[in-house]
Amino acid sequence: MSEPAGLIGAMRLVVRRELTLAWRRWDEVTQPLIFYLVVTTLFPLATTPELAVLRTVGGGVVWVAALLSSLLALESVFRSDVEDGTMEQWVLSGQPLAWLLLAKVVAHWVMTGLPLVLVSPAVAAALGLPGSVWPVIVTSLALGTATLSVLGGIGAALTVGVRRGSVLLSLLVLPLAMPLLVFGARSVEQSLAGQSAAGPLQLLAAMFFLAWSLGPLAMSAAMRISVEG
Amino acid sequence: MWTWIHKLGSPPHAFRILERLAPWLGWAALIVILEGAYWGLVRAPADYQQGEGFRILYVHAPAAWMSLFVYVLMALAAAVGLIWRIKLAHAAAAACAPVGASFTFLALATGSIWGKPMWGTWWVWDARLTSELILLFLYLGYMALRSSFDDRDRADRASAVLAIVGVINVPIIHYSVEWWTTLHQPASVTRLAKPAIALPMLVPLFIMLAGYQLYFGWLLCRRLQGEILRRERSAGWLKEIG
Amino acid sequence: MDIGEFLAMGGYARYVWPAWGLSAAVLVWNAWSALRLRREALAAARRRAGQP
Repeated sequence: MSEPAGLIGAMRLVVRRELTLAWRRWDEVTQPLIFYLVVTTLFPLATTPELAVLRTVGGGVVWVAALLSSLLALESVFRSDVEDGTMEQWVLSGQPLAWLLLAKVVAHWVMTGLPLVLVSPAVAAALGLPGSVWPVIVTSLALGTATLSVLGGIGAALTVGVRRGSVLLSLLVLPLAMPLLVFGARSVEQSLAGQSAAGPLQLLAAMFFLAWSLGPLAMSAAMRISVEG
Repeated sequence: MWTWIHKLGSPPHAFRILERLAPWLGWAALIVILEGAYWGLVRAPADYQQGEGFRILYVHAPAAWMSLFVYVLMALAAAVGLIWRIKLAHAAAAACAPVGASFTFLALATGSIWGKPMWGTWWVWDARLTSELILLFLYLGYMALRSSFDDRDRADRASAVLAIVGVINVPIIHYSVEWWTTLHQPASVTRLAKPAIALPMLVPLFIMLAGYQLYFGWLLCRRLQGEILRRERSAGWLKEIG
Repeated sequence: MDIGEFLAMGGYARYVWPAWGLSAAVLVWNAWSALRLRREALAAARRRAGQP
């Protein structure tokens, strides 16, 4: 394994590069956020404007909208790097690819997942969910979107060379994300009912750790297959 | 033993072994399934609560079991192919997928048909059916990923990664769906439980399960032969085949 | 039990028989499909090898 100083330095460079690129391509960061708000708006329009009714499914709506928005953002996480040859450099660089990809996914979550999490209290309010529930919403979404970033990263690495791979990515990742949805939405529901949401939140945390420990390895394997061929 | 396994990786050798194995599995499957059908439809007594309707169990449960079994086998074969770079293992995984998806579809369809007289609706979000549905999505995703690559080698390896990730997720999905169904438990919704088990009712189940396993073995032989042929370049050994 | 009673399946006939029938159909279709794919692959491989 290469000297830790070299690897940490490389990872820091990756994160800094991602954030700089994000600053320049501002719209790529804001589009998933706008999509989140649009999708959330669909539900009251499709059902009822009554907050009392919306509240009963609010947790689920917040979560489904966040899932779909995150997936949308993840579709292009690796695309430009593969297309301009940067990813090939990474594969050949001698640094452990899993760590570099981990750094990239962390930066990507900060740019796309974190904004969703921060906006979610406003979305929750729009669906009639009281302020007492917001901490649970924020926590569950933080864990959930971060886990989804890894799952989506694996899917994105597998489909990066596929034409029009965005639907395929969703088809691959959404079934794997269903447990996240179950526990995440349930944590909000339990909090709304005045009960402790500790159970589902702990399960979310467990999945978070599982994803982040094994996920980069799968991402690295998938990326090598896509890039080296 | 290692020489035997190594030889198994050679396509002509594998093909010949499958050719000799297949008829045994095929005929055994036919006999066992017919026997199971006789036991299940005729000999087993009617259930106290569900009457003759419970006989659907004998085609539903084996299909559900096989759908899970085949997925795990597919993931194992894919892992072997990925780690030890054995083409035959990749071919086996590819051969498994459509069959597993068929079993999953059968489990869902027979489960749905069974549900209508029992609960009055064509679909319920019970633990077993929901898990089977998600499993179907996993199969379809696997097959979709495979077909999106022109390069067969890349298709093999990419789908292998997906299968491994999927098989790790299967217990998590199963557990989360179980947990989810126990939360909102109206009294009328129960699992597609096996009826109160008396031995005469269990016997046809085991027979049908054995029959389905033999059938899958035969099917895998024939599909694997097809995969081997599709992937084979030099075909001089084909002259000897009937 | 006579044949009429057997076919009626205690009133559940329209559920039991479609379920069993569908199962039989899927199993048969998979079998036929596997044999057909094998046959076609064999013919194609022979053609590739330049055999009749």
